[in-house]
Amino acid sequence: MSGRRGGTVLRLVLPQLARTAAVLLLVGFGAAFLLDLAPGDPAFALLGEQATAEQIAATHRALHLDDPFLTRYWTWMSGVVRGDFGTSYLTGEPVMASVAARLEVTGELVLLALAGALAVSVPIGVLTAHRADGRADRAWSLVSSGLIATPPFVLALFLAYVLALKVGGLPATGWAAWADGPGANLRHAALPAATLALALVPTYSRMLRADMIATLQEDHILAARSRGLPVRRILFRHALRPSSFSLVTLTGISIGQLISGAVVVEVLFALPGLGQLVVTSVTAKDVPVVQGVVMFLAVVYCAAGAVTDVLYGCLDPRVRVRPT
Amino acid sequence: MRARREADGLSLWLALAWVAVVVAAAVLAGALPLRSYGALVPGVDARTPPGWRPEFLGTDAIGRSVLARVVHGARESLLVGIGSAALAMAAGLATGLAAGYFRRWVDTAIGVVLDAVLAVPALVLLIAVAAVGRRGTATIVLGLAVVGTPSFARLARASTLAVVDREYVAAARALGTRPGRILRRELLPEVVLRLAPFAFVFMAFAVVAEASLSFLGLGLPPPAPSWGGMINDGRPYLDGDPFLVFVPAVCVFLTVASFTVIGERARRRFDARESRLR
Repeated sequence: MSGRRGGTVLRLVLPQLARTAAVLLLVGFGAAFLLDLAPGDPAFALLGEQATAEQIAATHRALHLDDPFLTRYWTWMSGVVRGDFGTSYLTGEPVMASVAARLEVTGELVLLALAGALAVSVPIGVLTAHRADGRADRAWSLVSSGLIATPPFVLALFLAYVLALKVGGLPATGWAAWADGPGANLRHAALPAATLALALVPTYSRMLRADMIATLQEDHILAARSRGLPVRRILFRHALRPSSFSLVTLTGISIGQLISGAVVVEVLFALPGLGQLVVTSVTAKDVPVVQGVVMFLAVVYCAAGAVTDVLYGCLDPRVRVRPT
Repeated sequence: MRARREADGLSLWLALAWVAVVVAAAVLAGALPLRSYGALVPGVDARTPPGWRPEFLGTDAIGRSVLARVVHGARESLLVGIGSAALAMAAGLATGLAAGYFRRWVDTAIGVVLDAVLAVPALVLLIAVAAVGRRGTATIVLGLAVVGTPSFARLARASTLAVVDREYVAAARALGTRPGRILRRELLPEVVLRLAPFAFVFMAFAVVAEASLSFLGLGLPPPAPSWGGMINDGRPYLDGDPFLVFVPAVCVFLTVASFTVIGERARRRFDARESRLR
């Protein structure tokens, strides 16, 4: 019995795994290919413009720059599979080390933004669905249209202007690590995380509102109402869970949007995160770092998809895999 | 309910009016009696502070006319928006139709490639393309088209699957029509209609992405004007002369909002038609 159950799970999971592996291989290939097209010689970036021909040749040999493209891709990819993402042309550091050092910042921003966005948009979505077309619903629809149309960097500028310059209290730029004290860390993270969160709130709350309106018309809600249950209990205990599937999917997908936003926000607020690493290494043509970061982000994206699938099963008993 | 419908109608008209203004600005920028976007306004020198008022909307940090730059900037934003939407839609149609019509391994192969594009955050991909290509509008359009293709393709695939089993397609197949002709004559018109509203939504995204790229310093090389670049240039003067940031930011905001409203209305109108047909 248990053996057959394992078989079912494998049959469901294996094609998905194969697909993910193909996607990641392709991402790595694309990143390597794109940067191979980039103009300029990384040896120049490493040695400076005054480098002699011998120095450049030596660097080329050391970094295997003269190998054919496919050979370099293969060497790199087989390293990645073993967890070795290569070393930066510029700093000589292992790529994974610099990614890990920057991840602390970007990871914190992304998680704070996700938590903040959900904390704000779930109540808003539920309440606007409860009184759909009411005054609050219409007001929020206007506000959220405005938020959707505001580019993240304009939002960040505005928040920095109002909260850091005019009101004061929050730092406008820079970063303090968690080790420097949680208070300082959170104060530095507040503005960038708020910017990222505000960009998500309109889509999140609208998605939940739409699903919630549909759920509220179902029979089990009518039954709960006729039993005289309090409205708040009906909304948050009975209606929220069956209305949250699209929101969960959207949350998984928005990891990419969050990281795009983080790139802008990190540059704007001068935060030492992954986004800044991408911008500096792309301009410096530090190929291994760009490849490493892109690969890492792709893995995160695929993992987020997998987590979403599992969450789906937790929320909705109908999609759970049952032994047959 | 009635008031709401009227408000909706008003917002659509305002959106169309703003888009018309932007299009006019982009097309006529060279013909309008404006100052040059690259040269200093006469009467201004290096020591004049930004925001020199005799000039309408003021001057920027170097002393160029903000009005001229914002009007010429419309050209860049619109070109990028329309160009990338058209390219992404064409590529998305081709891949999505093929995936939805042939299914099986074609579908799988296309799906894997599109997933690979989606797995890289849009702005990261765009930065990489911008760094590789020559700095200019064409590179940005190409980068945005790559970023946008998966979304169009997914929509096109879903729409193809929705119509591919209808009788008129079966009839065409029974008559021995070749797949290429079925795709072009039977499926394409249906699928294009369903994709058109999304093109506006994508244009809104493209305008923001172009502005973000210019904001990061990876857009058009100076002195060419773009809204994102103007916002970036105005940042240090936010406290003294917020106009430098405010004017281009409002342009981006209104353009994005207008495209979103138009796309939204088009989608709703299409949905209504579809439901009447069934």
